[in-house]
Amino acid sequence: MDVGSPLFFYLFAGIAMTASLMVVVNKNPVSSAMSLIVAFVALAAVYALLGAHLIAAMQILVYTGAVTVLFVFVIMLLNADFPSLDLARTSRSVRAFTVFLLAGLIGIFAFIFRATEFGLIQGGFTPEIISAKGGNTKVVSELMFSEFILAFEVVGILLLASIVAVVIVAMRKNAESGGGR
Amino acid sequence: MTIPAVQPWMVLTLSSFIFIVGLAGIVLRRNILVMLMCIELMLNATVLSFVSFSKIAFDMTGELTAFFIIVVAAAESAVGLGLLIAMFRTLRSVDSDQIRLLKE
Repeated sequence: MDVGSPLFFYLFAGIAMTASLMVVVNKNPVSSAMSLIVAFVALAAVYALLGAHLIAAMQILVYTGAVTVLFVFVIMLLNADFPSLDLARTSRSVRAFTVFLLAGLIGIFAFIFRATEFGLIQGGFTPEIISAKGGNTKVVSELMFSEFILAFEVVGILLLASIVAVVIVAMRKNAESGGGR
Repeated sequence: MTIPAVQPWMVLTLSSFIFIVGLAGIVLRRNILVMLMCIELMLNATVLSFVSFSKIAFDMTGELTAFFIIVVAAAESAVGLGLLIAMFRTLRSVDSDQIRLLKE
């Protein structure tokens, strides 16, 4: 599998794994959000190494630019930036058992992926063809507005619906003062 | 010293590692903010899996699906944080143990 430079792949994979562990382990939600930014940027670098340049740019724009800022904004809005000791509330044996089970699951996944020979039907988009057609971004964009136009429109409707839902849910209800706002 | 080349199973194992770390966060943490962050991590692991299979099979459908997953994840986090604000307004807490209105 050609990823440009293997060294950079290992580097960013290590950063992503460490940062995603930090998200779970950190007591303070602000530290968790900062670790989440690091994990997202490292994953964006992995996408870029895999040749998905448009997805990498989208990752930076949408996740680190919008989602994480939204998280930090909500943390500040709710004054929730104090350490929460929720991990310590589960008993030590339950925690150890969960971590053991999930680590075993990762091991099983690694074993299966290593043993499997992927007999996938090969599509027509080899790296040479992609670069001949004008690069990853151009190929993905042309497909998005031709073959996947229906999914694109549906996703637009979904975004509109989610905006309406957020406004309705987060709106303060004053039933006694005649509803409305 | 030569660095070993990247195999497809390494990328898929990275994806499953991040997914399971997110799952562990959902199971072990009680802070809903952190649980939402872990949902984002799990969705990102799925995106990584789609991108790597797109690379393995020389097919662009995986990358298109990854794009749509990113959009849905953004919508999901917005709705989740809106629900979190509504919950904080009634319960004054971001702890999932405080959601027990049906029990009382």
